Amino acid sequence: MEVIVEIVLENKPAARDPVGSTIQKDLMAKQGYDMVSNVRTGQYLRIYVDAKNEQSAEKLVEKMCNDLRIFNPVTQNLTVLSVKKKN
Amino acid sequence: MSIRIAVIQFPGSNCDRDATHVLNNVIGIQADLIWHTNFKERKYDGCILPGGFSFGDYLRGGIIAAHSPAIKEAEIMLKDGRPVLGICNGFQILTEAEFLPGALLRNDTLKFECRWVHLRVENNETAFTNQMNKDAIIDIPIAHSEGRYFHDNLKELYDNDQIVFKYVSKEGLLNEESNPNGSFDNIAGVCNLERNCVGLMPHPERASEEILSPFKNAHGIKLFKSMVNFIKSKVI
Repeated sequence: MEVIVEIVLENKPAARDPVGSTIQKDLMAKQGYDMVSNVRTGQYLRIYVDAKNEQSAEKLVEKMCNDLRIFNPVTQNLTVLSVKKKN
Repeated sequence: MSIRIAVIQFPGSNCDRDATHVLNNVIGIQADLIWHTNFKERKYDGCILPGGFSFGDYLRGGIIAAHSPAIKEAEIMLKDGRPVLGICNGFQILTEAEFLPGALLRNDTLKFECRWVHLRVENNETAFTNQMNKDAIIDIPIAHSEGRYFHDNLKELYDNDQIVFKYVSKEGLLNEESNPNGSFDNIAGVCNLERNCVGLMPHPERASEEILSPFKNAHGIKLFKSMVNFIKSKVI
């Protein structure tokens, strides 16, 4: 079956994110949304995988991301947002 | 001994021809421009990964090129002590291949930074700096969007003396104003533990002839002369 795995790559907290801080300081805060204290940007990937079930799709994607260095372990964290069967 | 250097061409490389020109016509050694899938290490004494882009730099600068067969060939060269230089995108490729420590992130200015900068030589005992004095200031241009050097354990870099170049002022002062991209500790270039692999964001091949420099010098050529010297004598 086809499974959709959604992942997000974002910089580790120690790595400054000038894109996120520009959005927060120069757009949100200046336009009155000063209750927003921080914005972090990242990359979103939606991966379509043929797998037995959702669990094996997630495992495969995690292995692939490590093997191919889809995320840079020096600077980034990877989060699996969702794993679901394609309708 | 006739020295032969490979300049590897990826889809999107630039200044690859400049690097080849400097080696062939300014220094006078044989340098071949080679498409990345055709590169075979056994013919060469050293190799250069040029600047520009590779595979659109999709996902991250250098990550797709880091999986090229050329990088496996470069790894063989490094393991037997031959020199490998990464310039700009080449530096990104070498960090993504984990031949060099750290990573290059988007400039904190969020701009493409294209200008002449000044570097201080922090380590002159590498394959690419052995013809320079420690603490010498060299003039050299940068041209990049993703050159902010990041490392999660800077102490390790200092302990191992792996920092090769730092951005400084014209007078050699280390300060925030001379840091063009927000790199940690103004780091512009690093090396591996064996000192035969160096990566830097600035472009030495654009600073290897006096006519190309607003300062009327050719400081960049010292990297290539150091490489030749290293190959000839294994000075380090």
